[in-house]
Amino acid sequence: MRRDIFQAIADPTRRAILVLIAVQAMTPNAIAEHFDITRQSISKHLRILSECDLLAHKQEGREIYYELKIDKMKEIDIWLDQFRKIMEEKFQRLDQLLYNLKNKKK
Amino acid sequence: MNLLFDFTVDKATNTICITREFAADLDLVWEVFTKAEMLDQWMGFKGFRAYTKELDFQEGGRWLHAMITPENVAFWSLAEFIKIDPKSSFTTRNSFCDENGNPSTTNFTSSLTETSFKAGTGITTVQIVKKMESLEQLEKFIANGGFKEGTAAGYANLDKFLLTLVTKTNS
Repeated sequence: MRRDIFQAIADPTRRAILVLIAVQAMTPNAIAEHFDITRQSISKHLRILSECDLLAHKQEGREIYYELKIDKMKEIDIWLDQFRKIMEEKFQRLDQLLYNLKNKKK
Repeated sequence: MNLLFDFTVDKATNTICITREFAADLDLVWEVFTKAEMLDQWMGFKGFRAYTKELDFQEGGRWLHAMITPENVAFWSLAEFIKIDPKSSFTTRNSFCDENGNPSTTNFTSSLTETSFKAGTGITTVQIVKKMESLEQLEKFIANGGFKEGTAAGYANLDKFLLTLVTKTNS
């Protein structure tokens, strides 16, 4: 199942998990220690994050480590950056318009 | 003059917050944000022209407007005025539509935008807080729009999409 990245960040526990695994790869047990919820709920959140294509898995011996796929998050940043640039351009036009209007009124 | 421009994003709450200073009095800044003939003069960018078909600036009223490409293709947006506090702030619900203001059948994304104004000495500070109901459409667009491939077509699509979003900010 393919989920939407925004489903991932819609939940506070999942956001906290993302913050944790952004710093270092962690096993599900290590992640669970940070939360006061059942191991099953953690597994459910990890499954959703995985379906959002945000998790990379790494097998080390008998343990599975999860880490954040940072590229996915970057797509949104790229879009936001474009949006920011467009707003800057519009505001510069507005500066010019305000300048012209002020001079007309003098 | 160095005018403040601040752009922050809270992805967790789907909120974009933009703060900008303008070198003019509150009365004039309020005017350029709320009158059609003013908005159409500065809302365009990158060769795209802003066009207002209807603007009824009152609570319950609406602003039907488009961004028009150099090839004369129009991208329509609707802003419905929910709350207006004169010379202080106004809140709009923004969505995509056709040229008559009927909701888009392909893009259901909507957002809530509050634009507020604060008078200073010769300067007015405008804050735009834009809360997207859902950023899903955006993510889908990025995934489908050839953005990753970085093709020219993908970027052109992105520009078009940005246009419709930008018109939703009422800025």
